[in-house]
Amino acid sequence: MTQPVKFYQTGTFTVGNRLLSPDERTVQASINRNNSLNSGHRACQGCGEALGARYAVDAAMRATGGQLMAANATGCLEVFSTPYPETSWQLPWLHSLFGNAAAVGTGIAAALQVKAEKAGKARSDVRVIAQGGDGGTTDIGFGCLSGMFERNDDVLYICYDNEGYMNTGVQRSSATPPAARTATTQALGDAPGAPFGQGKNLPLIAMAHEIPYVATATVADLRDLEAKVEKAMTFHGARYLHVFVPCPLGWGSAACDTIKLARLARETGIFPVFEAENGAVTEVTKIRHRVPVEAYLRPQKRFAHLFGDPGHPETVARIQAAADRNIERFGLLDEKARP
Amino acid sequence: MLKQMEGSVAVAEAVALCRPEVICAYPISPQTHIVEGLGALVKSGALEPCAFINVESEFAAMSVAIGSSATGARTYTATASQGLLFMAEAVYNASGLGLPIVMTVANRAIGAPINIWNDHSDSMSQRDSGWLQLFAESNQEALDIHIQAFKLAEELSMPVMVCMDGFILTHAYERVDIPTQEQVDGFLPPYEPRQVLDTAEPVSIGAMVGPEAFMEVRYLAHAKQTMALERIPEIAREFEASFGRAAGGLVRRYRTEDAETIVVALGSVVGTLEETIDAMREQGVKIGLLSIRSFRPFPLAAVRAALQHAERVVVLEKSFSVGLGGVVSTDVRLALSGIQLHGYTVVAGLGGRSITQASLERVLAEAVADKLEPLTFLDLDWGIVNRQLAREAAMRRSGPIAENLLRDLGTVQAKVH
Ligand SMILES: Cc1ncc(C[n+]2csc(CCOP(=O)(O)OP(=O)(O)O)c2C)c(N)n1
Ligand code: SF4
Ligand SMILES: [Mg+2]
Repeated sequence: MTQPVKFYQTGTFTVGNRLLSPDERTVQASINRNNSLNSGHRACQGCGEALGARYAVDAAMRATGGQLMAANATGCLEVFSTPYPETSWQLPWLHSLFGNAAAVGTGIAAALQVKAEKAGKARSDVRVIAQGGDGGTTDIGFGCLSGMFERNDDVLYICYDNEGYMNTGVQRSSATPPAARTATTQALGDAPGAPFGQGKNLPLIAMAHEIPYVATATVADLRDLEAKVEKAMTFHGARYLHVFVPCPLGWGSAACDTIKLARLARETGIFPVFEAENGAVTEVTKIRHRVPVEAYLRPQKRFAHLFGDPGHPETVARIQAAADRNIERFGLLDEKARP
Repeated sequence: MLKQMEGSVAVAEAVALCRPEVICAYPISPQTHIVEGLGALVKSGALEPCAFINVESEFAAMSVAIGSSATGARTYTATASQGLLFMAEAVYNASGLGLPIVMTVANRAIGAPINIWNDHSDSMSQRDSGWLQLFAESNQEALDIHIQAFKLAEELSMPVMVCMDGFILTHAYERVDIPTQEQVDGFLPPYEPRQVLDTAEPVSIGAMVGPEAFMEVRYLAHAKQTMALERIPEIAREFEASFGRAAGGLVRRYRTEDAETIVVALGSVVGTLEETIDAMREQGVKIGLLSIRSFRPFPLAAVRAALQHAERVVVLEKSFSVGLGGVVSTDVRLALSGIQLHGYTVVAGLGGRSITQASLERVLAEAVADKLEPLTFLDLDWGIVNRQLAREAAMRRSGPIAENLLRDLGTVQAKVH
């Protein structure tokens, strides 16, 4: 985490741009901005994935002086950005399949390296990102991703985690949280929604490959996201960035709540924000203002069954316990802020 | 230079002479020796700069190849059997994107039952993928066709599969003539991509295409293959002019001029067939052979021209469309549309079953006498088939099929007649 600043806005507990030095501010629009994912694409209103991709790819473009190429998995990001012939991408961009973005990234990087060597350079100036949704990353693309990590190929992989297969109509993925209703984990029966005790934590799995850099981020802290992309680009080898991106359509949340939900995911401890190098955690983003998970769950229709009458208070308690465990495990609470 | 070497090593040397820039390797018999050979050439520095990538699956092999080819690198990989099926989604993707990857398929059967030996089921399963498919008759031809394949693929911007019989060719030691680097460089120009990821001119590749243009994109793949019908023989002629030997082309005829019976086949079995035909010719049988060297594009006109004056055609194929019969036969029949002649399909050599001259002579003699069944399985062991059918008729829980058959056979050598 790059911000030592402690001046937070009331209510949201965010750091206002005005309180930051100019070089730390997030700039939404500027003539210098590359707009790699240009406006006019067809994402839903309030799409966290579109927001995350716009900031992540632009940051990578800045970090590489525009010398960047992208491999993209099938999924919402690919579909909403390229309805033929209106591509939104302002960089060399290749979509091949749902489950192979990491391997395609490896291929691009390999070709660039050979071209660089042929031109008498030790290394290519052009860098590579590969990106996809959680389904394309944690499930069907997992083999290719693990292979890319294990070979330490020079690719930054960015996962936009909206916790489900959104493009096909909101089905459960291995990133879907327990109790969440999806089209394949219905809010029916004694244990409505997705089961407990399943799913995988890809940032930790990435760390187990001992790759140079792993980080998580949310679209609530765009400056943090940008800083992590920029940092990732200072490393060579395999890097992994896992970005938490609320999906209003799939989560049944208001379009205007995307940033709020991302912030609450961090502030409840549900989504730990941290960085790791060579397999060891180096930084964690501390919770500024701890809130109970209920504040995060309630605004989302995918958890509505937890709060009806009679509701499932025991399930909310289990989710709270999981968040508490994250807080313990990653040391997310500032000692001073502890109750 | 003349050398005595294994077919796989010969192919590795041919690919190396083509100056590949990215090679993806994943092991599967009988393809392994090819990528091992290339790996050694890269590792020793003989082939630098070239990236040799040990991927984690065939799906990744083809996916890495897609990325590198789209970035303008000459890209090669090899596979067989289960590996080809495992990468099938990416196989279609590579051709759909129009990426000129060259891949060797060391033809092998597909399980279950798992079987490592040769037949053509694997490449035939990707028949409709958009890849060009060239079949080699011998190791020399396999070597030569690889050099032609890069030229063909890159000119058309379409991927090419070079199919060579697993073990029969890949593991056979034969004398081959290895061309010099100068010869290959003179024949195969550096790769100039039609489409390439380039930061100076950013393009999006792989966009969503709806009904408004999808058919046209697919048609263009067909148009490329139609162009290949002209370029394949031309490239074969250019090759012959520079290298001094014939290889490739669409089809090759053997003693078909006055033939009343013509056998159609692909791959290494044509060697055995030539000898069979010579023997039958000596007995006065007017019989000839048509070797199909380009299976995709399928040379309808050349096949028709070769077969139209015959009285009967016997398609001998190492592939099998379960529920129908022949795979190649269907295409041959299309080439003969409107022509009345006797057509026979002989499915042979599945899973590595030997195709012997004696069996061929027997079955072809039956064909010449028009006594052959339209669909025949060469040297099928009816004993174990009928026993299993009887077992299934007699009881519900008849057990696993392959294991029953193996038990019925008892401990025997691999089926060689
Ligand atoms: C091999 C294959 N299986 C299934 C699909 C269907 N499919 C396309 S996108 C998608 C969901 C994508 O989910 P995710 O990766 O999480 O991205 P999101 O749409 O949620 O951003 C699925 C299942 C496909 N295109 N290819
Ligand atoms: S479904 Fe979700 S991820 Fe997809 S475009 Fe809409 S908001 Fe974005
Ligand atoms: Mg998703």
